[in-house]
Amino acid sequence: MDITNSPPIDQLGLIERAAKFRSRSIKKDSKIQGLELALSMIDLTTLEGKDTSNKVVQMCQKAMHLHDGLQLPNVAAVCVYPNMVKVAKKTVGDSGIKIAAVATAFPSGMSNQTVKVEDTKMAVDQGADEIDMVISRGKFLEGEYQYVFDEIALIKEKCKKSRLKVILETGELGSPDQVRRASDIAIKAGADFIKTSTGKISPAATMPITLLMLEAIRDHYVSTGKMVGMKPAGGISDAKLALHYLVMVKETLGDDWLNNHWFRFGASRLANDIIMQIQKQKTGHYQSADYFSKD
Amino acid sequence: MGKENSFSLKFDTDWQYDKAPESTSHIQLKKKYDLFINGKFVQPKSNNYFWSVNPANEEKISEIAEGNAEDIDIAVKSARTAFGKWSKINPKERGKYLFRIARLIQERAREFAVIESMDGGKPIKESRDIDIPLAAAHFFYYAGWADKLDYAFPNQKISPLGVAGQIIPWNFPLLMAAWKIAPALACGNCVVLKPAETTSLTALKLAELIQDAGLPEGVINIVTGDGKAGAALVNHPDVDKIAFTGSTEVGKIIQRSIADTDKKVTLELGGKAANIIFEDAPIDQAIEGVINGIFFNQGHVCCAGSRLLVQESIKSIVERKLIDRMKNLIVGDPLDKNTDIGAINSKEQLKTIQEYIKIGLDEGLKMYQADVNVPKKGFFCAPTLFFEVAQSSRISKEEIFGPVLAIQTFRTVDEAIEKANNTPYGLSAGVWTDKGSKAFNLSSQIKAGVIWANTYNKFDPTSPFGGYKESGFGREGGMHGLEAYLKVD
Repeated sequence: MDITNSPPIDQLGLIERAAKFRSRSIKKDSKIQGLELALSMIDLTTLEGKDTSNKVVQMCQKAMHLHDGLQLPNVAAVCVYPNMVKVAKKTVGDSGIKIAAVATAFPSGMSNQTVKVEDTKMAVDQGADEIDMVISRGKFLEGEYQYVFDEIALIKEKCKKSRLKVILETGELGSPDQVRRASDIAIKAGADFIKTSTGKISPAATMPITLLMLEAIRDHYVSTGKMVGMKPAGGISDAKLALHYLVMVKETLGDDWLNNHWFRFGASRLANDIIMQIQKQKTGHYQSADYFSKD
Repeated sequence: MGKENSFSLKFDTDWQYDKAPESTSHIQLKKKYDLFINGKFVQPKSNNYFWSVNPANEEKISEIAEGNAEDIDIAVKSARTAFGKWSKINPKERGKYLFRIARLIQERAREFAVIESMDGGKPIKESRDIDIPLAAAHFFYYAGWADKLDYAFPNQKISPLGVAGQIIPWNFPLLMAAWKIAPALACGNCVVLKPAETTSLTALKLAELIQDAGLPEGVINIVTGDGKAGAALVNHPDVDKIAFTGSTEVGKIIQRSIADTDKKVTLELGGKAANIIFEDAPIDQAIEGVINGIFFNQGHVCCAGSRLLVQESIKSIVERKLIDRMKNLIVGDPLDKNTDIGAINSKEQLKTIQEYIKIGLDEGLKMYQADVNVPKKGFFCAPTLFFEVAQSSRISKEEIFGPVLAIQTFRTVDEAIEKANNTPYGLSAGVWTDKGSKAFNLSSQIKAGVIWANTYNKFDPTSPFGGYKESGFGREGGMHGLEAYLKVD
């Protein structure tokens, strides 16, 4: 298998195409429907050195009670560090909300494979439904594509039944061509999802980069019939932008990906803006941001 | 590469976009428009008017004056009179008028965009984002040249030509008016403009704007009407220059009619451009460029990439990706902000396109048409592909001027160049490859006025535009566009 044979990407054309999705005008019912869909795709996230059990519990409560005055779907998952999986799991109970844990020496990935495997195992053993791993960007930039591939395959094996999201950290890869190559490697190595960013590096998710990853997913599906999910993470904080991401998914991959099994937003601030917009669509006016809980 | 397995994507979703129509409440249209001559709106000598029809719903919009040879004569005379002063005022002042027109277009951009879409059928996102901003940009650009002409032609003596007769097509009504008027005025000429019969409205709105800009009377005259008015303009003895954009057929008639005169002429005519995709191309961006190349403005574009030349090794991938992309094109109400492909400009043009589709089918070509819900009323055509088209097919030889793409294949670079040049036209071409050297090689070997590399249908006032062979001669835009309106000694 040739893991380096990815199609070239023209950056200007890519940016131009992505901008066209932003010109779609989403109004009325299609807006509410889209906003509710986006809400159901969110992975509420806290990944800080100062995270505590209490903070995680509060975020899990928020996940289950987004805004009780409105009939809203739950978010898809909460995303935490491995040592917070247990408390998160206990808090969300049988609400259907998934627990995602970052692993493999997140966010830098600067450790050896033994540590990365142990990190993953711990999260899986604690009950994480999903593992968000980071690729070894240093190895990738050295041209050690086989190493990167093997590492993803190894972690995938350790995930057992948990779904594996592979974070490419696109902001560190340097060019769209490299992002496409990393996407192809991750997909072929067994990723259930590919994900743009850790949220620790700027730029995080952008529409052009997400588009080219969607195209990698599409090309893989068309030739193998195997679906892979997509998770843009970081930088998506307003409802309108989220809708345009969904437009992009709809027009690139189609209906099968328009659900939270195959598409996620890695975002925390996004939820409140979406709720505020839904409230506005339903009542005709905006409410103060202070009506929406910030956990 | 080569043949591929294929699992299909499902683009029918529960999540459909609601209608998002652009409001028409802010526009002002008169029920009846007269001719614009010598700074005033005047009735046509014939006293006849014809209807401008909205091609998207066949509703009548406004009545347009039918100008004839008598009106043309009055218009040319008023331009001649105005030329005396206009050619002598301080060039900086001429520039100021053009800047003022440019700014007024920007201020009224929304109204112009809506009227352009109502009258011509093009999607509002194109008139809003391309036609109107580019029209303003042309006035801005040539406004800047007005007092710098000596620098464009150093050590040469330059003078304006006099009265320019300008005949413009229906595909980019306001933009083509801007392309013609802006350089002519900047160089000190006066003009008589004849808009296309089906799309006179934005030119007439421009006439109102010209009044508001306080332009001296007679510098710009706009005479609406059919081909007879155009012929009268071409044949008028006191016209110094003819600038025409339109069909090759009419271009040939014009050239014949002025053959024994000393009128200067520039012609921008038809095209049948090759859009060439090599196997090393950035393929998804190329697909987007092919879609944009042929379906932009319903394919009513002289430089449309209407022949797709695809390297055989990636033929099946390209065809499949094109079809997937076409499933997401929205065809319908031009005023809806989500519409990608609007209405065909006129009933006659729709008939022409349908005849070509029939010719393709009669030739036995395999065809794909996007499964789109076109409105029952109005003139619409589903975006169409023809596969495995030969050079000998009429679909690949003749300009269709509609959303119909002929897909052809090639094996080697030389074959691509040969096929690209094997046409009487030579207006434009596109090359898609990740290799810079290949792009430069092709751009020097293809006989076409404009060649885009890894993009398509990009326009800018600073860039010259025009054709080789039967696509015409003379350049519009850029510094080259000045030459067409100056006598250089």
